[in-house]
Amino acid sequence: MPSALINVPAKAKRGDVIEIKTLMSHIMETGYRHTASGAVVPRDIITNFICRYNGAEIFRADLYPAIAANPFITFFTTATESGKFEFEWTGDKGFSETASAVITVE
Amino acid sequence: MTDHSRRTFLGLAGGAAVLGTVPTVIVRPVEATPAMLSSAIRNIVGEANVRTGKVKLDIPPLVENGNTVPMTVSVTSPMTADDHVKSIHVFNEKNPQPNIGNFYLGPEAGRAQVSTRIRLVDSQKVTAIARLSDDTFWSATADVVVTLAACTEEAI
Repeated sequence: MPSALINVPAKAKRGDVIEIKTLMSHIMETGYRHTASGAVVPRDIITNFICRYNGAEIFRADLYPAIAANPFITFFTTATESGKFEFEWTGDKGFSETASAVITVE
Repeated sequence: MTDHSRRTFLGLAGGAAVLGTVPTVIVRPVEATPAMLSSAIRNIVGEANVRTGKVKLDIPPLVENGNTVPMTVSVTSPMTADDHVKSIHVFNEKNPQPNIGNFYLGPEAGRAQVSTRIRLVDSQKVTAIARLSDDTFWSATADVVVTLAACTEEAI
């Protein structure tokens, strides 16, 4: 069951640099492991992550199998106005999940 | 025990050990070669020169579990419209693939810093390369010793 954890400050002063923490639960199967019978376990990873702030893209990441399971990504942005952060993860096997967080900027 | 019989015994024991492991042999993934690493880096930087500096790669020098290694990359930059970090790229030496992740940011980030958790199959070097807005490339490299490797366990 995919689920996201997002940590964005609820309030910030205009111009503050804020930290955004994100975690998406996902197995991130590398495609390099084998079952006991020797069959390759097919790759199943999240390949892209995007964060938009009031519709504008502020951060993007390309992920590879070397990212640990349940990808945890933190980054920074400048609080410019009240609004919404939208997060989007896409990956193998049609994986696509979104989450959002609201911020009040004073 | 004479020298000869000891050698015979060790030879037999070694043979038995090899035979014993054959049915459960785990096919180790192919390691990235230095050529794959440099071509992955060339894909990002092109013909540009990569200089050492400005980038700080925070990663524990000794990790017990290669399946999840915390890593933070930060770049010294004022993050203004004309002088900021455009992207951060992280590479490794020995995982099956040389790429770990690419992170794209802009002047609005305020601080050029990204953290994530990565997998390392073996003790190796990890390299972070930052692309600045003037299209210069800066890098930092760290050595990591891994005691329990990622990816070697069998899936169920």
